[in-house]
Amino acid sequence: MNNTLIQTLASILASSSPLVFAVVGETINEKAGVTNLSLDGTILLSAMVGFAVAYTTNSLYLAFFAAMLVGMLVAGLVAFSSIALKLDQIAVGFVLTLLCTDLSTFFGNPFVRLPGPAVPYLPIPILKDIPVIGPIFFAQNVVVYLSLLLIVAAWWYIFKTQPGLKLQGIGERPAAAFARGTNVNKLRFLYTLVGGSLVGFAGASYSLFVQLGWSYHKTYGIGWIALAIVIFGGWNPVRGAVGAYIFGALQMLGSFAQGVPAFAEIPTQVFQTAPFALMIIALLLVSNESIDHFFSGSPVSRRIWRSLRGAPPGALSTTFEQE
Amino acid sequence: MKAMGERTEPSKGRVEETPRTREGVPAPAQEATARRGAGMWENLAWSIGPILLGLILTTLALLAVGANPVRAYTVMWKGAFGNAAQFSNVVSSWVPLALASVGLLITFTAGLWNIGIEGQIIMGAIFTAWTARTFDWPAEALIPALFISGIIGGAAWALLAGVLKTYGHVHEIFGGLGLNFVATGVTLYLIIGPWKRAGIASTSGTELFRPAAWLPTFPGGMAVGPIEIAVAVVSLVIVYFALRGTLWGLKLKAIGKNIRSAYWIGISTRLHLLGAFALCGAFAGMAGTVQAIGVWHRLIPAISGGYGYLGILVVLLSGFQAAGLAPVAFFFAAVSKGSVALPLDLQLDSSLGGVLQGIIVLLVILSQGVRARVQRAGASARIDSAVLASPVGPTAAPVEANENPPL
Repeated sequence: MNNTLIQTLASILASSSPLVFAVVGETINEKAGVTNLSLDGTILLSAMVGFAVAYTTNSLYLAFFAAMLVGMLVAGLVAFSSIALKLDQIAVGFVLTLLCTDLSTFFGNPFVRLPGPAVPYLPIPILKDIPVIGPIFFAQNVVVYLSLLLIVAAWWYIFKTQPGLKLQGIGERPAAAFARGTNVNKLRFLYTLVGGSLVGFAGASYSLFVQLGWSYHKTYGIGWIALAIVIFGGWNPVRGAVGAYIFGALQMLGSFAQGVPAFAEIPTQVFQTAPFALMIIALLLVSNESIDHFFSGSPVSRRIWRSLRGAPPGALSTTFEQE
Repeated sequence: MKAMGERTEPSKGRVEETPRTREGVPAPAQEATARRGAGMWENLAWSIGPILLGLILTTLALLAVGANPVRAYTVMWKGAFGNAAQFSNVVSSWVPLALASVGLLITFTAGLWNIGIEGQIIMGAIFTAWTARTFDWPAEALIPALFISGIIGGAAWALLAGVLKTYGHVHEIFGGLGLNFVATGVTLYLIIGPWKRAGIASTSGTELFRPAAWLPTFPGGMAVGPIEIAVAVVSLVIVYFALRGTLWGLKLKAIGKNIRSAYWIGISTRLHLLGAFALCGAFAGMAGTVQAIGVWHRLIPAISGGYGYLGILVVLLSGFQAAGLAPVAFFFAAVSKGSVALPLDLQLDSSLGGVLQGIIVLLVILSQGVRARVQRAGASARIDSAVLASPVGPTAAPVEANENPPL
């Protein structure tokens, strides 16, 4: 493989890592049956708080911790209102999206366009020298390593462990899980907090790594992309991560294409809007029945297609009353 | 108590036991009539409490950034009601907000989250701008044509989200959201590309429309005129009565409550959903028209003014009631216009207005949940004692509320 390709792959892996955190986090709480729609606002607010804390204390640990706390707080509000108060998760999530966006603008005002600390580059000594794989996977920073670890860990936890089975159970058939002695609502609360903390981590990794610094509406729209990728990934952390990487690759392709003379006629706005048009098309592909017919021709294509699309957890966005 | 009275009837076997216990559940309603006297004060506390708490939290936010809350609120009040011109600004932002909320009420009634309303406002404005740039008609003919263009643009964009939902199974939140960004992209493209001002291509907007395409305003430098106010008021009245007193409104409510049973009793759900989208888009498109020819007199990138998302908050705060839309929209318009003065006078970010609006809506929704929970706890305590007193014993089963369609 030539050097440019390796570098491109490495930078796709790096620039998509915050999105991976958000997607895996949201996958976890949706698997448990709770939709946290506030992602777009949460990522903005945690990005702002992460940067502000890093700027004032100069401690990256504190910054990421504070950002995760913000994510947990917002997720906790969604969980509390849907589990304890039986309110509409969509309504609360949407209000929180707008509120967090405005909070990030209001409190982030003094921190706009300031130079601040960044997550340091940290290649892993021996592994980085492996040809091809080394420079892609092991010449990165802690955030990227953690994002890779998270994908594997989340997949293993959800699909290969006993507690993971319970997690799936409370999202698919809460009544059955409850009958088997699972405290459905307590676990849902817990997993929503876990998901929220990962979303908060995603926010801080934007402002402290991928797009250094803070500015007005900095990551606007990315939370919605993350929510769509969760659906695109069929509520599977690995496929969700693949979706995040595809998105990162397409974004990179877009910025390449803008530099190519043949595409110079196409205005920048088309490239900026493209991810969202793509989001609609991707969702159309994974949720349309007529596509099933198209792929049902041969057993092989049917099998490939079936492995590509996933169904939402049976009790997603519903409340459960324990008696 | 009625629930107790029923229990004195002789039991006729297992079949009737379960429904009878379930009938005991709506006890809060009966209880409420019994305590009507205390209820008024309780209602008042439950509706004013969250708003007060919202103000307290916003005040804390102001103190946190070292601002003087009293001065900030004074600036906001003066910014909204300081003089007649400022008040006319509030009214001019009330009009598109009321139009957006009234449209959203239709989609909410049908159980739809039409987040795509921002894009529908934008498309209405784009279609309006095209008509204003293309036809050299006198104002009497042009202004109705401009409104019709807005209606077509908004409704078409909404139908796109509707078709994605009903035929493509793409949830309206994601379909609509994606279309919002696409609409913004189209606006930017038009402003920088085909509709750029002579010589310079900047994102500040297109050339001003010809004066015939401007909505007339009240004399004395007012920002608002009679036509758009009339459009908003008529829209509010029509939708109020259409949702209340027509078969169409009833069917829409049935779909919103439970789309499956609505389908089984013979309502053409797909057609009604598409109709709800188109109607909401039509009102949103008119909001876009007003923004284009009443406020900015040109097409600008942020032509929607955020009134679509704000409209969702208005409908949530008004409790999905048509009668509440106008006053709540007025309150929101005043907060939004009032906070515009903050950066100039106090170097505070004008997003404070959005913070105040968001916190109040969030707290009102939460307080409704808390109130329902308190009542449920009271009701179940009463049921428990009633069940224990009855010879039959408890027959409670886990209840699974499945109100929201999964994303």
